[in-house]
Amino acid sequence: MNQLEPLIQLLDNDGSIVENSQYKSSLDDATLLGFYRDMVLVRQLDMQATALQRQGELSLWAPCLGQEAAQIGSGRALKAQDFAFATYREHGIAWCRGVDPVQMLRFWRGTVHQSWDANKHRLYGYQIIIGAHALHATGYAMGAQYAGNVATGQADKDQAVIAYFGDGAMSEGDINEAFIFAAAYQAPVVFFCQNNQWAISEPTKRQSRVPLSHRADGFGMPGVRVDGNDVIACHEVTMAALERARSGQGPTLIEAVTYRMGAHTTSDDPTKYRNSADDELWRTRDPIERLRVYLTGKGVLNETISAEIAGEATSLAERMREGCRQFPTPEPLAMFDHVYAGPDARIEAQRAEMQAILAQEGAN
Amino acid sequence: MEELTIIGAINKGLRRAMDADPKVLLMGEDIGKLGGVFRATEGLQKDFGENRVIDTPLAESGIVGTAIGLALYGYRPVVEIQFDGFVYPAFDQIVVQVARMRYRTAGVLHLPITIRMPYGGGIGSVEHHGESPEAYFASTPGLRVITCADPSDAYWMIQQAIASDDPVIFLEPKRRYWQKGQVDTNGDMSTAVPMNGAKVLVEGADCTLICYGPTVATALQAASMAAEEGVHLEVINLRSLSPLDLATLNTSVMKTGRAIVVHEASSSGGIGGEVGQCLMQSCFYHLKAPVLRVTGYDTPYPPSRNENRYLPDADRILDAVEKSMSY
Repeated sequence: MNQLEPLIQLLDNDGSIVENSQYKSSLDDATLLGFYRDMVLVRQLDMQATALQRQGELSLWAPCLGQEAAQIGSGRALKAQDFAFATYREHGIAWCRGVDPVQMLRFWRGTVHQSWDANKHRLYGYQIIIGAHALHATGYAMGAQYAGNVATGQADKDQAVIAYFGDGAMSEGDINEAFIFAAAYQAPVVFFCQNNQWAISEPTKRQSRVPLSHRADGFGMPGVRVDGNDVIACHEVTMAALERARSGQGPTLIEAVTYRMGAHTTSDDPTKYRNSADDELWRTRDPIERLRVYLTGKGVLNETISAEIAGEATSLAERMREGCRQFPTPEPLAMFDHVYAGPDARIEAQRAEMQAILAQEGAN
Repeated sequence: MEELTIIGAINKGLRRAMDADPKVLLMGEDIGKLGGVFRATEGLQKDFGENRVIDTPLAESGIVGTAIGLALYGYRPVVEIQFDGFVYPAFDQIVVQVARMRYRTAGVLHLPITIRMPYGGGIGSVEHHGESPEAYFASTPGLRVITCADPSDAYWMIQQAIASDDPVIFLEPKRRYWQKGQVDTNGDMSTAVPMNGAKVLVEGADCTLICYGPTVATALQAASMAAEEGVHLEVINLRSLSPLDLATLNTSVMKTGRAIVVHEASSSGGIGGEVGQCLMQSCFYHLKAPVLRVTGYDTPYPPSRNENRYLPDADRILDAVEKSMSY
């Protein structure tokens, strides 16, 4: 991916503010400090989950290491009434939607298929099938339109939907069909593509010869390319796109250019397909470090506050370790629940069959 | 003879097929530099180049659809679908196009495409990584559906699939990938057991256990446990799910008078039902008990912490044996 293609940046690698004709930071110091805290804690939860997988407590984990700014910047742009559709890597979005990190682990521990209540958090569960949920997000956005919850002018009523996916997903038919539907109906949906450079072992250039945001043109929606490691720019760009959607002006595609600093999942070994020079380069663009430098320079962040956040991170990690180990394996009979709305004769016969097996085991 | 794992045997089989026929090319996600997420294609891109081991964009329908075009041009594509649960975006291309091209064109066009995919559960993974979609494909006319259960079959059957002029769905039992066995890698494909034939793995007079893919090892375990109790099970590895090798099944069931089909996939609409129906039709007067099934339940695949409760185990098979024997 050509890094020289223009992209919206408001905070550069060195932690200095960049002027932009279209976007500027609307964030006060307290909010930015909040973003910093978010990013530090999300990195902590990500690293702790990776460690728990290594210790055999989780069967798998998909790290979001390096993508904290893209997720926190966009996630914090969502209003309570909005709805988010995310993939297995969007732990930062789950964090912004109020999901307890301990709860996030349930899916990865293999005890449930969905870690949280989608309606309560207004966040779909981790989607595993690449790109499938972009269509769901579009349909949900069409629902908001039909229900009259778009372009009413009421700030706490107008809804937008956001769909998260990666650079690899841009090749799936479902994603492209979602773009077509969203544009056709001017649905209030924001497509947020985190271009983290790698779809497991395949570089973004395998998926596209042009910057991914350019694809938007052909579908008839605006495409925005943003520095995905700049939390301020990610926030402003997403705020504008969501507001555009809520006010009835239709969909936007955002390409947040970032880097998957970790493996695809804990089952993956990136040393087999990418070189460490890239890793080193992107380490210099770390999303947390640049905000730390900026906030420290402004005197907003100091040793006392840093220590407080570090303390929070430590206790979060501890809580995750304890909480994870306490998740019980569900009752085997639970696998027969929720196949259909009501009882089904086949399922009940099989439930009875397993009940007999369990009873026999209990007796032995 | 050489000791190989199932995944290693597939790798060697692919290599040999590529050596034998320059028209054979591999396509899939992450199969090049990475060598596939299970390493089935490890080292092949390095040796055969990027035009014969093709890392594709992330689009399963696109992979199978373009494989069709390549086959029309005269190539022999071998497609990897990364996981069973990812095949569905390609379902349309497989069942509507791949399966029917020969029939639609009255034999003018045909598609010698092999579609490989790891299938079945038991590896403790997340949703869509433990599915058994074989019945969808086995019920589609025009496709051959085969599955291996040991390294020797893996080695030969992948080569037979590639050599076949019909499209083949080649199902690989992922939780058995690392199972080892002897493979005669110097042998000749013409002397290997044909891919459409079932194999009697253990002979026994009392009851026929019919299994395939990942449940073969489980059935063998059940057979040896039963033998200790004096019950002699005949274990048949189906190998081909479409077409079924009815001759081998009939011979066995006419002898034993009892049959149990074992598979991980749900029971409803599954291979077990098809096998049972065929046996009822051909062996009705020889049956001493109804044909029974030991399968995954009629639920979606459960979260992995309970997958071992979902997957048929030796105890469930032995319960069915007892039921059959005491009928």
